[in-house]
Amino acid sequence: MKRNPMALIYTGLLCVLCLAAASACRQDMHDQPRAEPFEESDFFGDRRSVRPAVEGTIARGHLRLDEHFYTGRIDGALATTFPAAVTIEMLKRGQERYDIYCAPCHSKTGDGLGMIVQRGMRQPESFHSQRLLDVEVGHYFDVVTNGFGTMYSYEERIDPADRWAIAAYIRALQMSQGANLAELPESDQQRIQQIVEVEE
Amino acid sequence: MPQIFSPAANTWLKASIVGGALLLATTFGVIFYLGSTSYVTRQHQVRPQPVPFSHRHHVNQLGIDCRYCHASVETSAFAGLPPTKTCMSCHSQVWTDAPMLEPVRDSYATGVSLEWTRVHDLPDYVYFDHSIHINKGIGCESCHGAVNEMALMWQEESLQMMWCLECHRGPEDFIRERADVYKFESQPDYSAPMDQSALGAQLIRGYRVNKDQLEDCSICHR
Ligand code: HEC
Ligand code: HEC
Ligand code: HEC
Ligand code: HEC
Ligand code: HEC
Ligand code: HEC
Repeated sequence: MKRNPMALIYTGLLCVLCLAAASACRQDMHDQPRAEPFEESDFFGDRRSVRPAVEGTIARGHLRLDEHFYTGRIDGALATTFPAAVTIEMLKRGQERYDIYCAPCHSKTGDGLGMIVQRGMRQPESFHSQRLLDVEVGHYFDVVTNGFGTMYSYEERIDPADRWAIAAYIRALQMSQGANLAELPESDQQRIQQIVEVEE
Repeated sequence: MPQIFSPAANTWLKASIVGGALLLATTFGVIFYLGSTSYVTRQHQVRPQPVPFSHRHHVNQLGIDCRYCHASVETSAFAGLPPTKTCMSCHSQVWTDAPMLEPVRDSYATGVSLEWTRVHDLPDYVYFDHSIHINKGIGCESCHGAVNEMALMWQEESLQMMWCLECHRGPEDFIRERADVYKFESQPDYSAPMDQSALGAQLIRGYRVNKDQLEDCSICHR
């Protein structure tokens, strides 16, 4: 039997068409009926697939009995102590969190002249003012949790343990401003000496 | 009886074998090529957004950390997009009457979410998790490109399986110190290491990356 060479070409073309058509089936598997986080829902009236919790719900492990740890208060008054011992890991964690969430406004040193303040945000009081040096640590926890005047709350983004870590770090910042040269480790003393010499 | 095959038939036959093979090869080549073009992967395309949010402005010029807005990137699969309240923590006071920000203020006043158009979207049959990549030292830049330079967001990489595997086969070429995950090469406080292969080998051990399992189908298709 003589094979028409054209037949081969037609078969080839047919294959291409089939393959091209098959690729259109991908979409079903791409967008499956389950809701991904933040995906729009056509089932609920407000079209959010992420449902707000029913009022009064407490998720497992989120029962907040420890007033000191979760509110920064003891019997309703601002706490003057930390709920747990302050460790070096806690300070490091606090520094990292502070630089992410607070430094844009309060600046890395805490003087209240962060980048956003330079662009028009209301200037917060410096953490090194006498009033804020004397204030209870619970105040720092409370401000992050509930906001303060024009400052919004950061409750959703910073969990309670991290809020305490930030409060501890602010205390460390405050101490650093009035630090005595003789109290610093040897290597830091030398570095400061070098900077002073360069500037003279 | 006349000859069925003319003398030319031999040549035709040979030609059709070669031709057929070529045709098949080009067909697959073309499909493969088309599949990786930006038309299919939607790379480098800017999508319409309700507000022309600029990462360049907020990240490079204002120095805001990714986590200020994408707060869950370290701890969950999903990086998360900032709720309107996050924008308003600054924009209740800065640029308060810019018409560009009208949708943000409306959304805050009415409680109706802003509807950002997704830029990166893997098919639902693929499992992806941000937190493990971040905690093992894979920088945002390795997967999202120079976000800090983007006036409007686009998708830098193809996000195809081939691309994931390229790294899963040799993560030591990309892995960074954890502290550098949020930094970009074009920023002054980060420069790529002199010897990535040495650093990579060291970090793979340090962060206990389990390279043997990274090509298993079941880690991405569960
Ligand atoms: C978007 C800018 C911004 C950010 C980010 C920010 N703050 Fe504030 N903060 C302010 C402003 C503005 C005030 C002053 C509010 C006022 O007086 O109305 C303030 C006030 C405060 C006060 C109260 C000081 C006082 O006078 O008693 C504390 C404490 C504080 N901030 C801590 C923090 C901490 C901790 C963080 C990080 C978790 C943080 N802030 C992040 C803008 C900011
Ligand atoms: C001030 C808030 C803010 C900061 C800081 C920020 N982002 Fe975003 N990001 C957004 C918003 C809002 C969107 C959605 C709009 C868009 O896609 O442009 C977004 C979108 C994205 C997307 C695309 C999401 C999608 O739809 O697929 C990526 C990737 C991203 N950001 C990465 C980063 C990285 C990396 C950083 C840190 C260098 C960063 N962002 C810092 C607010 C922010
Ligand atoms: C930490 C503070 C901060 C946050 C959070 C923030 N912005 Fe901004 N944004 C600014 C500042 C400051 C400017 C103005 C900068 C200037 O004056 O140069 C600005 C400018 C803008 C502009 C106009 C300028 C431009 O070209 O980009 C838009 C649009 C904008 N922001 C959108 C948003 C959206 C949407 C969000 C929430 C996802 C957001 N911003 C979150 C501080 C912030
Ligand atoms: C290993 C690669 C990789 C790294 C590293 C990475 N991303 Fe992503 N990112 C992705 C992929 C893939 C998607 C799409 C996810 C999907 O569709 O499910 C995505 C999506 C996003 C989104 C959209 C919302 C979401 O979670 O789907 C944001 C925002 C985002 N990334 C921010 C970041 C930030 C910020 C960093 C750095 C801290 C980062 N990404 C690091 C690969 C990566
Ligand atoms: C730049 C490098 C890089 C890229 C790109 C990348 N990954 Fe990964 N991925 C890693 C590393 C490193 C790990 C950590 C492995 C470990 O800890 O053993 C990982 C782990 C994972 C895990 C978790 C494995 C487990 O044990 O649970 C999943 C799932 C995953 N990747 C999916 C993806 C997908 C899907 C893509 C493409 C969209 C992708 N990755 C792209 C580097 C990368
Ligand atoms: C590192 C993560 C990763 C691993 C490991 C992985 N895949 Fe995939 N796979 C993906 C991604 C991402 C896609 C989506 C590609 C796209 O969107 O085009 C995909 C898509 C696919 C598809 C659909 C292709 C299409 O074009 O529709 C098949 C089939 C597939 N993978 C099979 C496998 C098999 C078999 C293995 C094991 C040998 C495997 N995958 C391992 C990430 C992975």
